[in-house]
Amino acid sequence: MHRLTSVEELEKIRKITLEEKSKKSSCLTVCLGTGCQAYAGQRVYETLKKEITSHNLTAEIELKATGCRGFCEQGPILVLYPGEICYCRVQPENVPDIIKTTVIENRIIEDLLYQDPVTGQRFIKESEIPFYRNQSRIILGANRFINPQDLGDYLAQGGYRALAKTLEEMTPEQVIAEIEKANLRGRGGGGFPAGLKWETTRRAPAKKKYVIVNADEGDPGAYMDRSLLEGNPHLILEGLSIGAYAIGADEGFIYLRQEYPLPLENLSIAIKQAEEYGLLGTNILGTGFNFSVKIKRGAGAFVSGESSALMSAIEGKIGEPRPKHINTALSGINGKPSNLNNVETWANVPIIIEKGAEWYTHIGNATNKGTKIFSLVGKVNNTGLIEVPMGIPLKKIIFDLGGGIPGGKKFKAVQTGGPSGGCLPQHHLDTPVDFDHLHELGSMMGSGGMIVMDEETCMVDVAKYFMHFLKDESCGKCVSCREGTRKMYEILEAITLGQGKEEDIPLLEELAWVTSNTSLCALGRTASNPVLSTLKYFRDEYEAHIREKRCPAKVCKALIQYTIDQEKCNGCGRCRNLCPQKAIEGEKGSPLTINAQSCIRCGICREACRFEAVIVR
Amino acid sequence: MITLWIDDKQYEAAEGRTILQVALDNGIQIPHLCYHENLSSFGGCRLCQVEVTRDNKTVLTTSCTYPAMDGIIVRTDTPKVKKARRFVMELLLSLAPDAPKIQDLAQEMGIVATRFTPAGDNCIRCGLCVRACDELVGAHAITFAHRGAQRMVEPPFAEEAENCIGCGTCVQICPTGFISMEEQGMERKIGKWKRTLKMKACAKCGRPFISFAEIAFIMDKVKNPPPADWFDYCSDCR
Ligand SMILES: Cc1cc2nc3c(=O)[nH]c(=O)nc-3n(C[C@H](O)[C@H](O)[C@H](O)COP(=O)(O)O)c2cc1C
Ligand code: SF4
Ligand code: FES
Repeated sequence: MHRLTSVEELEKIRKITLEEKSKKSSCLTVCLGTGCQAYAGQRVYETLKKEITSHNLTAEIELKATGCRGFCEQGPILVLYPGEICYCRVQPENVPDIIKTTVIENRIIEDLLYQDPVTGQRFIKESEIPFYRNQSRIILGANRFINPQDLGDYLAQGGYRALAKTLEEMTPEQVIAEIEKANLRGRGGGGFPAGLKWETTRRAPAKKKYVIVNADEGDPGAYMDRSLLEGNPHLILEGLSIGAYAIGADEGFIYLRQEYPLPLENLSIAIKQAEEYGLLGTNILGTGFNFSVKIKRGAGAFVSGESSALMSAIEGKIGEPRPKHINTALSGINGKPSNLNNVETWANVPIIIEKGAEWYTHIGNATNKGTKIFSLVGKVNNTGLIEVPMGIPLKKIIFDLGGGIPGGKKFKAVQTGGPSGGCLPQHHLDTPVDFDHLHELGSMMGSGGMIVMDEETCMVDVAKYFMHFLKDESCGKCVSCREGTRKMYEILEAITLGQGKEEDIPLLEELAWVTSNTSLCALGRTASNPVLSTLKYFRDEYEAHIREKRCPAKVCKALIQYTIDQEKCNGCGRCRNLCPQKAIEGEKGSPLTINAQSCIRCGICREACRFEAVIVR
Repeated sequence: MITLWIDDKQYEAAEGRTILQVALDNGIQIPHLCYHENLSSFGGCRLCQVEVTRDNKTVLTTSCTYPAMDGIIVRTDTPKVKKARRFVMELLLSLAPDAPKIQDLAQEMGIVATRFTPAGDNCIRCGLCVRACDELVGAHAITFAHRGAQRMVEPPFAEEAENCIGCGTCVQICPTGFISMEEQGMERKIGKWKRTLKMKACAKCGRPFISFAEIAFIMDKVKNPPPADWFDYCSDCR
């Protein structure tokens, strides 16, 4: 392939690619994101390939491995176009039937369709499934049409049109003005206006400037950035190139989390392709713009995703935060102006440029424009990656899109914002999900974690869980952060063990104050949120643990007891056979009892009992 | 020259000085532990808190890492500053409750006891030893390792600190007495760094006074090495 030396040449190969693709009458896409691969996605793909060949269908069907579609729990997902017939949890042994029945005979296989766990209703089209129907997938949507290792697929979706438009028709100032008008705010957690940051770096008096993608994604359970990087790597490269042009940078870095092998592979391929086609490198598309991109592997610590720590790591030093009295936008890598944005922030850029800020600002609310991708997990029927317009009420996400709480249980809290986010209760479910509203309530947007909790969740235990993470992930430099998180954790642990004291609540509040006010970086400064938000909304649970030595949600093992209802138990002995402690005593046929001394409160007996005779107190 | 305000008085400072340095130069007391005049600023002990107003925004911050800037207003005595310092001091005291230097500093701030059960090994992780070894000695024998509560100063790979020359600078600078050095016959031991050094005896008085490693280090480092017999005698007999 020879390098593209003009925008016309880019459009020419786009046309050829589209013509090539239109020769095939249908397209069979299989998700091969990290999630679906874990469920035998690769074998499904290989079997499809074999079947298509053996049925002599290669001329008609385009078989495509795509990136993550977000509904990983239903994976591997397969969609046949046209018709958008969506099959879930496909296994290799289903493949011959799919080819014969659906591809050749054009009939639906009911059993492979998605079935709503609550209503039992089945859906044929992917976009009709409630999980998808309630989303606005302006960023993630393209994943399902793109083989991430094929630049042609990205071009067929209109890829690199925004970059061409930028380089050919816009001045750097106009690009920044458009980003400012779209009010693009940083998706990495802070919600800082991207346009303003770009402007600062652009204006900084230095010749050498850098642009950086923060792909460290350290929040446990989060994978929105991973899905974008592995599913649509050219989108990130295009966004970054547009930013580099606007800012005046000729070099970019992608700081990629260590444990991300598939994104590394797909990004490396994408960079190589873009270089070959002259979409990266010198004199891009013949416009005189030069820009190169390198991948830097992360250091493997949560804190190295913090901006100053990340820049230290890129310089080859320890990835620890440093004071930022002078902004990294002015003095970052090697003291040079460096503009850092999150993966998702960069992903928004080509869309804003292509469709215009005017179009973009119709999505979202007054101060929060566009969409946000969340990883929805926990006690909710549908889990996965979701993309919703900003400002959508929490309730809508959890109940419409997420399908509510499983097992008919009651909702208790939703935790947003990653490990240093906060927990919001029932009466805040109408809250619009955006940077400002969540912050106001003592939680935050973070990079988009959303954990739903039901009535069987103990909020003290939840706070303890997040504190455990934070105390281990604090870099440990600041006494306040290191000792503050550790001591908060120790107090929480004592409370859950029934050793809580009346003074513990005010002491937790003091520790929270000192940790958030005297620590250097945002890890320490937000680390108290899990404690403060649970104290604010679920104080009665703390008090029950401390004063009555009682865990209202019946989670804290030291504070609960398993007993057997003598009325309900018929002595079948099922629980006795399963108890790992041999703690269940009595004669078969007559009501059994649990020896509290040897019981370890694992709950196996309660799950085993068919008569609901095991009670927790 | 930079002009800034500290507690309603105007001061001048040279470019590159920190707020803490300007304050100390002018006799204004700000408690500090991890700062040392001959070392780079670290900002780990969090004790030197002040409030700084810049561009109409006021922040609580550490004065040892904040550069003196034109027009900033610094306050060293607000209720917030006092509250922050007191609480940080209490945390520090819980880490090294028996160290006289820490006790004195706590007492000056009116803290006699900490509400926390002593948690530490007596090391407050101020990093003075690491910086002294790196910046003053240049031996780079020890580093910080691990994160969070596990963070500690260690020789590389937690094995014998092979770069350690046994000069004892870290022992001198440590505010809690965490690091100690022992002389045993013709050997010097720094247990914390798992280091044992062979010592050279003075040709006159016979006292072991310098490690062979330190002699080699000096001969290697200095541009105009002293005469070869310079290290035959200790400083008293020389
Ligand atoms: C402890 C800590 C970890 C962070 N980790 C990430 C991360 O993994 N990815 C990310 O994009 N931002 C992370 N951030 C936020 C970054 O510091 C920075 O604000 C962000 O990358 C800026 O990009 P944005 O404006 O596009 O959000 C982290 C911040 C802190 C304090
Ligand atoms: S606040 Fe915590 S994570 Fe941040 S620099 Fe200080 S110790 Fe490290
Ligand atoms: S002296 Fe400033 S933080 Fe230690």
